[in-house]
Amino acid sequence: MDGDINASAPATTPPDSDPARKRRVHGMLKLYYGLNEEGKTVDQAESMDPCDINGPHFDPEVYLNKLRRECSLGELMDQESCMVKQIRSLDSDMQTLVYENYNKFISATDTIRKMKNDFKKMEDEMDCLSTNMASITDFSARISGTLQDQHAQITKLSGVHTLLRKLQFLFELPARLNKCLELQAYAQAVSSHRRARCVLQQYRHMPSFRGIQDDCHAIMDKLAQELRQKFRDGGSSAKDLSECVELLLQLDEPAEELCDKFLSHAQSRLEADLLGLEAELRPPLSSGPTAVTDPYTGPARRLSVEPTAGSPTGPTSLNNPFLFPSLRTDILEFIDRGCNEFVSSLCLVIASYQELFVNRPQEGELASKNIPQMAIGKLHAFVDALATRYFSLVERRIQEEKSVGDNSLLVRALDRFHRRLQAVAKLLPGSAVPSQGTEIVVRAARERIKQYLAALQSFYLNSLTDVRQALAAPRLGGSSAGGGSHLGGPATGKDALASLPELLSTLSASILNQIKSVLASVHLFTAKDITFSNKPYFKGEFCSHGVRESLVVNFIKFVCQSSRQFCESAGDRGGSTPPALLLLLSRLCLDYETSSITYILTLTDEQFLVQHHSPVTAVTALCGEAREAAQKLLNHYVKVQGLIISQMLRKSVETRDWVNTIEPRNVRAVMKRVVEDTTSIDVQVGLLYEEGVRKAHSSDSSKRTFSVYSSSRQQTRYAPSYTPSAPMDTNLLSNIHKLFSERVEIFSPVEFNKVSVLTGIIKISLKTFLECVRLRTFGRYGLQQIQVDCHYLQMYLWRFVSDENLVHFLLDEIVGSTAHRCLDPAPMEQSVIEVICERG
Amino acid sequence: MEDDAPVIYGLEFQARALTSQTAESDAIRFLVGTQSLKFDNQIHIIDFDDENNIISKSVLQHQAGEIWHISASPADKAVLTTCYNKTSESRVVTCGAVWRMPPEWESGSHESPDDPHNSHNPQNLELLCHLDNSSHGNASCVLWEPMGDGKCVISLADNHALLWDLTESSTQATISSSATLEGKGQLKFTAGKWSPHHNCTQLATANDTAIRGWDLRTMSQIYCIENAHGQLVRDLDFNPNKQYYLASCGDDCKVKFWDVRNINEPVKNLEEHSHWVWSVRYNHSHDQLVLTGSSDSRVILSNMVSISSEPFGHLVDDDDLSDAEDNHQDEKTKEPLQDSIISTYEEHEDSVYAVEWSSADPWLFASLSYDGRLVINRVPRALKYHILL
Repeated sequence: MDGDINASAPATTPPDSDPARKRRVHGMLKLYYGLNEEGKTVDQAESMDPCDINGPHFDPEVYLNKLRRECSLGELMDQESCMVKQIRSLDSDMQTLVYENYNKFISATDTIRKMKNDFKKMEDEMDCLSTNMASITDFSARISGTLQDQHAQITKLSGVHTLLRKLQFLFELPARLNKCLELQAYAQAVSSHRRARCVLQQYRHMPSFRGIQDDCHAIMDKLAQELRQKFRDGGSSAKDLSECVELLLQLDEPAEELCDKFLSHAQSRLEADLLGLEAELRPPLSSGPTAVTDPYTGPARRLSVEPTAGSPTGPTSLNNPFLFPSLRTDILEFIDRGCNEFVSSLCLVIASYQELFVNRPQEGELASKNIPQMAIGKLHAFVDALATRYFSLVERRIQEEKSVGDNSLLVRALDRFHRRLQAVAKLLPGSAVPSQGTEIVVRAARERIKQYLAALQSFYLNSLTDVRQALAAPRLGGSSAGGGSHLGGPATGKDALASLPELLSTLSASILNQIKSVLASVHLFTAKDITFSNKPYFKGEFCSHGVRESLVVNFIKFVCQSSRQFCESAGDRGGSTPPALLLLLSRLCLDYETSSITYILTLTDEQFLVQHHSPVTAVTALCGEAREAAQKLLNHYVKVQGLIISQMLRKSVETRDWVNTIEPRNVRAVMKRVVEDTTSIDVQVGLLYEEGVRKAHSSDSSKRTFSVYSSSRQQTRYAPSYTPSAPMDTNLLSNIHKLFSERVEIFSPVEFNKVSVLTGIIKISLKTFLECVRLRTFGRYGLQQIQVDCHYLQMYLWRFVSDENLVHFLLDEIVGSTAHRCLDPAPMEQSVIEVICERG
Repeated sequence: MEDDAPVIYGLEFQARALTSQTAESDAIRFLVGTQSLKFDNQIHIIDFDDENNIISKSVLQHQAGEIWHISASPADKAVLTTCYNKTSESRVVTCGAVWRMPPEWESGSHESPDDPHNSHNPQNLELLCHLDNSSHGNASCVLWEPMGDGKCVISLADNHALLWDLTESSTQATISSSATLEGKGQLKFTAGKWSPHHNCTQLATANDTAIRGWDLRTMSQIYCIENAHGQLVRDLDFNPNKQYYLASCGDDCKVKFWDVRNINEPVKNLEEHSHWVWSVRYNHSHDQLVLTGSSDSRVILSNMVSISSEPFGHLVDDDDLSDAEDNHQDEKTKEPLQDSIISTYEEHEDSVYAVEWSSADPWLFASLSYDGRLVINRVPRALKYHILL
């Protein structure tokens, strides 16, 4: 046992303390007993070493030799003692194991012995049991044999008993039915009869049964009669009614007839509702002149003027739309009433009808008749017919709703109307009623938009009238007609003009407010809590096509168009539209172009989340239109103002005898008036339009006239020196000037600034002056008067225009032409002219 | 197609009066009357050689005064009338007179305008008779009976329309009838036109903003278009082919076309000029061509097809439809004809007071501006062929 030394060295420690070591011990034992399973390969690797004391190929000889060769004596001694110690411990381990196993073996043997005894006892008891069972079987067989006869008899007797009971039921049936009839327990009667019906039918050939059957029939007929009567009376409640119908159906009444009856009965009630509604639609007969204090005609004048005032009402309606609601129920009440009375009873009818005819469980022969289809068809026709009438009433009522004051009422009414129809939709899935209802709502919304547009338009026109009045109020007597009263015109005009920017801002602000309030009103249609707002129409078309295009865009277009109409209708004489209004509108349109349109459309788009499915009017197009209108108005303004001044000048030239006039001592009053008017126009335009650019002019432009005049004067002096042989009579300098200057467009479009406007007006006036002068013949003093006048104009007009050379040129032309048309062209000294002009 | 450049002729004097020689149907000839207070006034006879594009002129002296209006007799080439200013003793009176051109003007005085020497001793006009209107006021214009025999003229003097009979070779003029416009204020005829329709029994006149029609048989008013224009009406012309159609122009820069059967609304409005329109003329043969002259120094030729007598273009008779012409026909009939401005002529530097079509060549017209510039222009060839073919 020397070979065990190495392996068992650790075994000196207590075996329990280290489980790994214990396992190794077990492993080794296993190995010893040939139970080697685990770590085969590992062992294999080790086992090849003959010096491995634990390996299977251990060779003591080799090991000993090796030790002996390698170790010293001391080491050998130590090795030996260690090995002895290990051997000893291995021995004790083995002893312990053997002892344990032995104990277990002993106890197992004991147990087996005990089991042997117990099984013996059990075997005995089982034997006993089997014998007992055999005897029981025996007994029971004997008992059943004896009782068999009696059992058959009992069965038969009980059969007879039930039959007799049935018979008794049958015989008693007539009496029972009668009694039920008396007690009006129709349901019981019907169920009783139903039970007996088949039997009676089967045994009809037997006289007694025939009798019963006949009796029963008679009674049931009576009963059916009574039920029908009850059904027909209609006074009963819906529940009674439905019970009635159910019984009648069970009595084989034809379902179709019942449906018809049921529906006609319901119809009469619903029609009563409708009549009630219709009664409300009729104009109130007793519309006496009730002194209704109108709360709406306060200072805040809102959309109170109706575009369609001529609605079919009594003569006392006083053209005021706000009297309508006070005289009759408002639309919300009306719709409420319609919903509560008509729609809810309609729903009730539909529900009970469906319960009765459509949804009932199909049994027996009823199933084959295909009642539900028929019933549903009838129901649809019925509902459609009634709903159509209801809708027409509602539409009539909605159409009467024309006052645009409060939209929320209408929207709420429509919402309620629409919501209640959803109930019908739920009850009757395939019905067209809800979609028709939606259509009505859509139509109402469209109509509403139209009304709002009309209201906006009339509001706009009213505001214009107000502005007109405000403009006209201080200047009474129409001094703007031109030429007439020279006094007071511009002076009082100025008072009115001072308020122009104010008027403009109030006008545009009130229009904007109105648009906003209309948008807010219309916006109610798309509010989240409104049931129909999620319909595709209200999501898409209503927003883009309805509100944006029909309402907002159309209104803006209307503004532009109506503004443009001022240019055309007032056109020729220019008297009917005050020029200040033209100017104001022009500025309004320009403001629209620059900001308002964009603002309004953005506002609309934001509020209504417009998704542009269809092409919509672009902002730029509208702006273009507004700009065009503004331009046209301003051009027209220039034309009108130019005309007014032109008329003065023209009259002054035409009516005078220029040949025989006296030597000029003064500037003619007309010229002063022209300058005054031009100044007041300048002020007027300056209130609304920016200054604009003008060409730089010299420090004292009023003096520059000297050189120009001197040239023309010189030229007229030359004139007599022309020889008739070479008559160069034409105004040479002027022609040269013309060669190099650009053609002057007289009625040309102006820019949006004060200078351009004034330039246009002055151009028109001076050109008129020129043309008029050319038609006259002048004497010496006539020419001098024109010189004085032109110099005066020169002194004052240059400051208004963009290019003073234009004024120079035109005035020069005038004086030149006058000199030309003069019989005795002897011009006045420039210094004298200046003195006269400065004297005023 | 290239159009010929306009031909320009400059007068030494300012001028307002222009007419074509109505009785002349071969030569293209215009008469211009000058306005000068200081020198003897002249009548320039402008001949235009279409082939060579050359102008030749003759000058006749009109010593009576400055010429405001001129019109040529439709029957006698040599006879014409003028309205002229006569100044005497610080009084200016406008008179009318009938003149005869000296017979030798044509023979001797044909020279180029570049040659100034000939104008030293120009011939004088021979006075036939005065349209004596001392009792009626200033004559604004004299109108010959259209297509007449040169025996009848109408003169408009202040608020009178006077119908004259010229007898004894036009040496005597007697008033055969007259009409007077009555009303508030000083009424004055500014323009007039003798209608070539209805047997020449109608006259249209303009005063202030109104246009009036007169029946010459009874000398009574037959219609009155109040406020025909926003301002003064400057000129009138009758459509030569449509008897009820009338064009007018005025200080509101507009040209309006009227159907005198419905005087509430003009049939058509033209607003192309940027200042007063002084003259409007229908083309004698193709009445869609309308010529206007304005003090914005422009002459505008418009094509008013929609209200012309040939609204669908020149209709070819069925007989003319020979083999090759089918295509042409199709083209013409389907073409939608639009009113349009054909051309704007900007050769003038001053106000244009008169425009006139040539009586010989329907595709040629002259315009006269105040500074004495006469411009002869042609209808663009493309349009001409479009109308003709």
